[in-house]
Order: sequence, then C-alpha cells, then structure tokens
Amino acid sequence: MSTVVSSADTRRAGAGPREDARAQAAGPKPARLSPGRVGIYAFLIVSALFFLIPLYIMVVTSLKGMPEIRLGHLFNLPSEVTFKPWSDAWLHACTGRDCFGLSPGFMNSVKITIPSVILSILIGSINGYALSFWRYKGANLLFGILLFGAFVPYQVVIYPLIIGFRIMGIYSTLTCIIIVHTIFGMPILTLLYRNFYAGLPIELFKAARVDGAGFWKTFFYVMVPMSVPITIVAVIIQVTGIWNDFLFGIIFSGRPNWPMTVQLNNIVNTTTGVREYNVNMAATILTAAVPLAIYFISGRWFVRGIAAGAVKG
Amino acid sequence: MASVSIRKLGVSFGSLSVLRDLDLEVAEGEFVVLLGPSGCGKSTLLNAVAGLLDIDDGQVWIGGKNVTWEEPKDRGIGMVFQSYALYPRMTAEGNLTFGLRVAGVAKDEIAKRVARTAELLQIEPLLKRRPAELSGGQRQRVAIGRALVREAGVFLFDEPLSNLDAKLRTELRVELKKLHMTLGSTMIYVTHDQIEALTLADRVAVMHRGVIQQLASPKEIYQRPVNRFVAGFVGSPAMNFVSGELVANSDPVLRTADGTEIRLAGYPFNERPQSGRKVDLGVRPEQIHFDSTAPGATALPLALTLVEPMGADSLLWGSIGDQSVSLRIGPDETHKIGEKVNVHFQPAAASIFDAETGERL
Repeated sequence: MSTVVSSADTRRAGAGPREDARAQAAGPKPARLSPGRVGIYAFLIVSALFFLIPLYIMVVTSLKGMPEIRLGHLFNLPSEVTFKPWSDAWLHACTGRDCFGLSPGFMNSVKITIPSVILSILIGSINGYALSFWRYKGANLLFGILLFGAFVPYQVVIYPLIIGFRIMGIYSTLTCIIIVHTIFGMPILTLLYRNFYAGLPIELFKAARVDGAGFWKTFFYVMVPMSVPITIVAVIIQVTGIWNDFLFGIIFSGRPNWPMTVQLNNIVNTTTGVREYNVNMAATILTAAVPLAIYFISGRWFVRGIAAGAVKG
Repeated sequence: MASVSIRKLGVSFGSLSVLRDLDLEVAEGEFVVLLGPSGCGKSTLLNAVAGLLDIDDGQVWIGGKNVTWEEPKDRGIGMVFQSYALYPRMTAEGNLTFGLRVAGVAKDEIAKRVARTAELLQIEPLLKRRPAELSGGQRQRVAIGRALVREAGVFLFDEPLSNLDAKLRTELRVELKKLHMTLGSTMIYVTHDQIEALTLADRVAVMHRGVIQQLASPKEIYQRPVNRFVAGFVGSPAMNFVSGELVANSDPVLRTADGTEIRLAGYPFNERPQSGRKVDLGVRPEQIHFDSTAPGATALPLALTLVEPMGADSLLWGSIGDQSVSLRIGPDETHKIGEKVNVHFQPAAASIFDAETGERL
C-alpha cells in the first residue's frame, strides 16, 4: 500500500497525505457521541442488517439437513450443523446427467477468467496509453467508437458473433469465450486507463522520449510500474464481471467449458427429485465466493482507483 | 558542445499558429535564455529543438547536422523539465541510468558516468532513493543529473526552477551558472522569470506572440530595449512610461496631455524626431533621482502619492497629470506625500517608443 501512496504523492507534488492530516487536526475535535451520530449509526446498523438477511438465510440453510429445512423455520439457527450440503454442492450435485458438483465449473471459470482478465487489461492499458500519449490522427474518432461500444446492447451482437466464430471454426471453445470477454472488456478498460494516463504529467512521457525509450519501452518501464492502482481497479472490474457472466458463458464457451454460473443454474434448476435447498444455497455461496473475496480484499483500492480514474481527464 | 541553429521554424497546433518563420542561432557553449510571458511560444520552441513535437516548417540544426527529422534521442540533447518528470518507480540512480540502459551503454561506462555526474551535483547520498523520498530541490538536482549523464552537446531547460520555493530557486540558479561555467556546454533555458534570464544568460531572447522581440545580452536588453513590450516586460519594478507628443525644436521636448513639458536633450534618436508624433517615454525607476547634478539631467515635475517600502530600498510613487511614475529611493529617505517636487533623469539613458508601433525611436 505504501508504495502506491508514494507514487500518488509524486504526482500531486507536495499535497501529500501529511498535509491532509494536519488540516483535519486543526479543526475542532468532534464530540464523541452526539444524538445525531447515534441516529446515523442506528440507521447504518439497521440497513446493514437488512441487507445481510438473505446472506444469513443462505448460510443457515446451507448448514441444515433437509428434514430440518422441511420444518420451515427459515430464520432458526441449525439445530445440528452439517457440512454435507457443501461437499455435495462442490462434488456431487447433478447438472443434467453429470453429477460432479460445481468443481468442474469452478475450474472452467478459472480457465476463462484468468486469461480473459490478463488479455483484456493488457490491451485496454495499451489502448489507453496510446490514446493519451501518442495522439495519432483519428485517435479521438477511435476512442469515440470504442466508447460507443460500451453502450451497444449485448443481445444485438450475439448472433453476428456466433456466425463469425463459427466461420473461424472456434465457436464453442475456450478461445472463443476468452476473445468475447476481452472484446467486451475493452471499452471500459480503455476509458479507465486513458483517464488514468491523461492525469499523468506529459513531461514524464517526454522525458522518456528524450531518454530514447520508444512506444513499448516507455510503456513497460515507465507507465506500467505507475499503473498499479488503476490496474487493481481493472482486475476487480474484470474478475467480478467475467466470473459473474452467465450469458456469454452459456452461448460461447461450449458445454465442456461452461463456467460456474451456468453450472450453478443447472444445479438449482434441476427438476428431477427433491429440491435440495441446502445444496443450492451452498452452491450459490461457493459461486459468489470469488467476487466476494475480491471485494473484501480490495474494497478500499477499488474506491481509490475509481476516484483516481474518474476525477482526472 | 554543439551549436544550435533554428531556421525559418513554423509550428502550429491545428489552426493556431504558435511560431512562424522563427530564426535563432545559438553558438557553441553559449547560454541562451528564452524569456517571455505564458503562451508566447518559448516552450514550444524548446520542444521543437528537442524534437518532441511535429514542426510544420523550417529546420533544426544541432552541431552542424540537420536533425529536423531525428528522434529526440538522436539529437544529442539532454532535457530538464519543470515538473522534474522523474520516473516515480525508479530510484534516483535508475532515473539517471534509464536512458543509458535503453541505449545499451556498457555497464562500467554507466557506472563511471553516474559517479561523475553524482559528484558534480552532490547527489551521491540520494542515489538509492526514490523520487518520493526526495525534496523538491533534490528532485530537480536528480533531473539535471539525468540530463547531464547523457553527455549531450546541448542542454535544454524548460522552466526548471519554477516549482521551487524562492530560496531554493536562488541557490540552484547560482549552481546552474557554475555548472555552465564548469561544463561549458550549450544551454537553452526557458523561463518567465526575468531575474533568471538576466543572471544566467549570455544572451536573452525575449519572446512575445511567437516572435523573438529582441535577442541580445542581458545588459543590452535591460538598457536598450528595442520595443515597448521588451521594456515593460523586463525589469522589476517595471519601467515607467510617460506618454505624450513629441515637439521637435532644436531641443526635442515631450509634451504630455496635461501640458507638462519634459526636455529630451541628449536622447540618441535613431531617426530625426518629428513634431506631433505620439510617443511613450520609458524611464526605469532607478534612473530617476532627486539629485539634479548629473550631466545632461532633465527635470520631471512629480506630485508624490505614496511610498512602498521594499526592504533594501523603497519605491516612491508620484504622478504627472494622470500618469503614474515610480522611482527608487533609499530606505531611510522621507518625503511628504502630496508635495510637488522636481525629479531628474538623463534622457541619454532613457528609451522612447512610438506609441503606435511600440518600436524604439
């Protein structure tokens, strides 16, 4: 964390966090507990509880056995804690005819997400870099078209894409879904990186040119090391977006590569036999675990990066 | 060391023409300062020399070689920027060596050059630090080092001291002057600070609206400005201007709107003065004295209005009609405000400009 703060300091040249701290200390000390604050906290706690209710029900239900669930006491804690629904969801739940649980879907999602995230961020950052520093002819037009891409409804392009991929002979493959995610990540990532680089002093770029660094050397040696904060934001956006994707996954990846979300849907919507609520709940939590973990680990980075990307440029 | 020659340079951004038909010759080892207000094109000119922007017209020659179409790295230049522009994720040493590493210079050669540069600038203890761990002055020193280590023939400075506080600026200014004396390299330096320009330069190019107004030694610029813009821009406190009409008798006289007559005997007119011509008389505050004994001194009737103490001396303001005039007085001198006095100046040292064209007469 400290490393990134330091780079931000250099950019603002002096107006560092130390001065902010002094500014705060100069103000009057806030009263520890005023009625207003009690009200705010009460409101915050109530809303937090309200939004946590679904999560609570999911967790509690996933730890109950089916007989206990049939009693219908939705809010009760499990009388007997069991982890069997979790292992069932991971290993044995049936999707269609296969009964291997979510684990293959998880692996598929990993195989889709990691290359897509890396590829889309690489291309997005290069786009942003080229658009902010190498003002070639038609750059603005290109940027406009890219931005327009962010507003095209997915449904419009799905069928043309299917045809295109089929002609290329890669429809319903891992490559296909990775390309799709990379393309659809480009508008937002290009915008994100372009704004970030537009906020950097142009003199830095000039200095690198005088030093003899060309397009790629300037990018990899000067720009990339400075892009850590914005890249974290980009990773968060892309990982959560691609992990949560259902539509592209089911259409473009092909049955053996279906991501976790598709598998989850199939588990939950299986129509034969009893509806195993506890397994469904466990499976849902497992699928949501990755984005949740990302948010928990990087929440503050997220806010900082979005702010850094949005204010400037 | 290398000379720089800019020939018929033209630069425009879109439809906005910033520089047109600009010529500038900088001799080997010369320190030339480009001085001018914001937006006068001085940074554009420097960037054109560096090769950092596309020029529309003309040529740039460095060291007797036409480099108009060369990349910045191939022009034999080192450049220092206003915002330091240090690579934030590299140490000071990494910043110094980046260009050399990119160029594939041998390791021991790099080490030798870094050691020499670091010693020259006294930044050895800072080499392992990152820019964020350096103060403003130290950062600018490292940035200068990054230019020096390239061992280029020409150094370009783009307002290098503008981001520093006043005290540091003075210190580094002296060091830059020493550095130029030590290295003897050709330097082109952009600034809007006239003190920097006058103290550092062998020659100053005063720029305004994309045109070099005057290119001359600091002394010449200060004493014999070629037009009203140069006269008003250089000098602090600024030159006084008294406008009026020329009356050309055997002794030329300036008659102001309120009828005051100021004798101009001894002023070296470039051309024969014509009666009725509207002119501005320019006199620097330190050229006006109460003492009337100087040879050729002429009187200026002044109604005193206020005193501005400035520490080392004070600025006394008065008026001729509705035109304000200031003069430097000693810090302990006292004068009665509201009083009418006669002050004196030597027309031979003053400047007279045509009111319409602004050209020196």
